[in-house]
Amino acid sequence: MPTRTATVGSASGLHARPAKIFVEAAAKAPVKVTIRVGDRKPVPAKSMLSVLALGAKQGTEVVLEAEGDGADEALDSLAELLATDLDAGHV
Amino acid sequence: MSEVLTGIGVCAGVVAGPLLRLAGAPALPAPGPVTDTAAEFARAEAALAEVVAELGRRADRAADATVAEVLRAEALMADDEELREGVRELVEAGHDAPHAIDGAFAAFREVFAAAGGYLAERVADLDDLRNRAVAVLLGLPMPGVPAPGHPYILAARDLAPADTADLDPEQVAGLVTEVGGPTSHTAILARALGLPAVVACPGVLDLADGTFVLLDGGSGRVEAGVDEDIARAATRRASEVAAAASGLTGPGRTSDGYAVKLLANVGSAKNVPAADEAHAEGIGLFRTELLFLDRAGEPSHAEQVAAYREVFTAMAGRRVVIRTLDAGADKPLPFLHQHGEPNPALGIRGLRVARQRPHVLTAQLAAIAEARAETGADVWVMAPMVSTLAEATSFVAAAHDAGLPTAGVMIEVPAAALRAADLLRAVDFLSIGTNDLSQYTFAADRMCGDLADLLDPWQPALLQLIGVCGEAGRDLSKPVGVCGEAAADPLLAPVLAGLGVTSLSMSPRAIPAVRASLAARTEADCRRLAALAVAADGPVEARKLVS
Repeated sequence: MPTRTATVGSASGLHARPAKIFVEAAAKAPVKVTIRVGDRKPVPAKSMLSVLALGAKQGTEVVLEAEGDGADEALDSLAELLATDLDAGHV
Repeated sequence: MSEVLTGIGVCAGVVAGPLLRLAGAPALPAPGPVTDTAAEFARAEAALAEVVAELGRRADRAADATVAEVLRAEALMADDEELREGVRELVEAGHDAPHAIDGAFAAFREVFAAAGGYLAERVADLDDLRNRAVAVLLGLPMPGVPAPGHPYILAARDLAPADTADLDPEQVAGLVTEVGGPTSHTAILARALGLPAVVACPGVLDLADGTFVLLDGGSGRVEAGVDEDIARAATRRASEVAAAASGLTGPGRTSDGYAVKLLANVGSAKNVPAADEAHAEGIGLFRTELLFLDRAGEPSHAEQVAAYREVFTAMAGRRVVIRTLDAGADKPLPFLHQHGEPNPALGIRGLRVARQRPHVLTAQLAAIAEARAETGADVWVMAPMVSTLAEATSFVAAAHDAGLPTAGVMIEVPAAALRAADLLRAVDFLSIGTNDLSQYTFAADRMCGDLADLLDPWQPALLQLIGVCGEAGRDLSKPVGVCGEAAADPLLAPVLAGLGVTSLSMSPRAIPAVRASLAARTEADCRRLAALAVAADGPVEARKLVS
């Protein structure tokens, strides 16, 4: 299954605004994407509550997985989004 | 038939409109049997969808971009496939829609609460979403401030900051609360938004939603079930009076020319334009806490100089009364490590901090002196929470050592008011903080809504103490100001002037009405009204005698 590992780049972690941006992008992906931290259970990347519950902070390594047509492209762009500091230039 | 309720008016103005109450969280009904699980799940799903749609509508209407973003993030939390999956499982296990929604949110609630930090703070959001969805299912109004799309008067037991974050002043025409006092959040919010408001109004929550009411935020009168035409005529008259008042400009004075300076309370340079708009003659209270809040360490000298200079420059040529750090009690500062006081309001606060950490005061005075030297403002410095002549004398010495020529003290403690003449011989001016002076005179916590009547600025004992200070000022020909909430009450302004108060400092919005009220009286009127108010049996009688 196509997999990407990304390190959360946002200063506030995968919370608040960065979580919202990520979840909205995942919901637009043509395939079902999951996200997990370490060996914990993968959760749907488009579920805001599940993504928040990961408790991922800046520097936390997360694993994205997806299957189907366009999975690689979707994972690439989501991994890039995760690695970006989405808080920068906002506060 | 109309019914008249009476509370404490905290923001003047007359408005009329239907009364709607702040809706509370719905209680979960007793569990009901589920026969058709598919239909029950559809019901739960529709309730969640309505919550999402309503949050979206509020976000669309929100004037503030930050508020809109918070509302959209909340909507995203309710529009969640994992949440819906949780609800489906619970419905299939035999739970009805309200209990399934409650259970599905509870699962996430537990994870969030256990995680601590940011996520634990989001538990309140989850509870709010759950309450909203349950309210939809039960056919109740959604919790929070109603947004019916037309102007109305908001009624509540009391209002907390969280309730009012996205309060829309286009729809909320006035506020009335059952409890609260002149310094409660409701009162502060009302004055910030310029909304007529009445607090401590018993019986207001017994009125049915939609009752047409006429509210007078000056007198505290709330008339329910009043004829709409009569109410509209009353508001029209009041707005004509207000328009005439806002047309008045210039220094504060009575009709015969007795001067009472009208000054503004500010927290930073951001508030200066509002002060200018109201034609304030200067700043009567520049609070410096803003710079010190929410930080682990003390602000640097350069930072302090920059913040003070900004206000002094904007007020060049005018008086700026700057108050040294008023930390402690309701404004604890992390770097002062004040935790563990059994009774913070009676503990190390205001000038008392200098007993333990004198350098915080000397560093602040040095920064004020440097900022003053570079601007043309007439800078006066004053210390909060002074009780004795010794404290006043040592503060004045510290101010003079820093190179600040004009130094005074606040009168917030009855001991200081009783010895006002002694204090005033040692200092250049007095400024009466009526909120704290009430609290300490009546032994009534400012945050205790049930004691609001004791904190009424019309209490004759409080007025008597103000009179002691005013008399000292007259004898020594030195200024005595008032900078508490009492200064913003137009009806009280002539009384304070008659007691010998020479300046009133208030939120800039309150200035035009106070200016108009003073201009309608002579100095002799003011002295007569002051004598009547002090001699009254209580605050209600005092108001009646003066109106």
